[in-house]
Amino acid sequence: MSKAAELAALIGSGQAQGDRNLIINGAMQVAQRGTSATVGPNGTGEGYTVVDRFSNSLSGSVVSTFSQSTDTPSGFANSAKIDITTADTSLGGTEFWHLRHGFEGQNLQLIGKGTSDAKSITLSFYVKSNKTGVYTIELQDVDNDRRNSLAYTINNSNTWERKSLTFKPDTTGAFTNDNNLSLRMNFVLVAGADLKSGTFYNGTWGSDVLGNRVDSNQVNLGDSTSNEWYITGVQLEIGDVATPFEHRSFGDELARCQRYYSRSTGQNVHGKQYNSSTWLGDPQYPVTMRATPSVTTTGGQYSSITTDTSKDKFFFSRGSESCYINDWAADAEL
Amino acid sequence: MNEMTITSAQYITNLDGVNSTIKTTVDDVQMWVGIDPANRHYAEIMRQVAAGTLTIEDAD
Repeated sequence: MSKAAELAALIGSGQAQGDRNLIINGAMQVAQRGTSATVGPNGTGEGYTVVDRFSNSLSGSVVSTFSQSTDTPSGFANSAKIDITTADTSLGGTEFWHLRHGFEGQNLQLIGKGTSDAKSITLSFYVKSNKTGVYTIELQDVDNDRRNSLAYTINNSNTWERKSLTFKPDTTGAFTNDNNLSLRMNFVLVAGADLKSGTFYNGTWGSDVLGNRVDSNQVNLGDSTSNEWYITGVQLEIGDVATPFEHRSFGDELARCQRYYSRSTGQNVHGKQYNSSTWLGDPQYPVTMRATPSVTTTGGQYSSITTDTSKDKFFFSRGSESCYINDWAADAEL
Repeated sequence: MNEMTITSAQYITNLDGVNSTIKTTVDDVQMWVGIDPANRHYAEIMRQVAAGTLTIEDAD
């Protein structure tokens, strides 16, 4: 195909347009909760702890330090790093470790999954590890109990490499058009034998079968405390071609993350007298949140907190005395 | 993967006297959970209520 034809095809596919990356915080710039956390063993510390929108899910005895790193390929400022601190060289059958990213169904409608017009999607990312070999990427269609996986290989030790993987269209099982979790993407780092015992999906969607999820050659990143794994520049886009990573400003990426999690830092919000028997404060979230969130606080004087279905604010209150909150966090993660 | 450990739950009413929030402790962290099926903490609370392992106390 000529360059002109390639360009025309790219424009026609929509891939040449801006805002094509379905991943939020793919450059690992935003880390509202902190920059380092201990994860493992046996699920301890899993969930969202460091870089926004990326969570760990695990079982088994491997332990790591999960952190935001400044070790990056050219053109990036941050990566996510997993540094194994307790190894397991003999995995149980169902042990696993995934670094995850979740997607709302309403943000995936352009894929056309479950229709005759379903489209391929291409994942690209930069990865680096001393542990060379085969790794697996897994997609989990939560709405329809379907999965798909592909493998990639880290060829050179301690060298940033860009990988791209294209998942075929799936004409079965549409994503629900709402604000709930519809798709998970799992970067598989550890997988016991039970997850590798079947026929690997290898790019073709199918029903959820445990043994088909992971490539049989998947390495065990958790087999040595010398092992480290870095990732950044994660992009998921429509089509068969991995386009250059779509860099966004820090502010743009932060606002996208705040739809799922936001917090104050030294805000010290004071309430006002609402009536003769109630003092009330109403901190505003920076952006409208995905769902009515769960609120936690650090410090302050108040008797209760109530969330608001507007997803824009919450209330804290106290009886006939003044009230305040030092800091708050609001969690509407998938 | 761990299941959330939820050790208490109580409805909290808003200024209109309507249950709007659940005060709860999840994995040793006190939080105020919005009553919204799309909230993962609320969904887990209701799953445990349905399983008979958790009861939500009425508002004071």
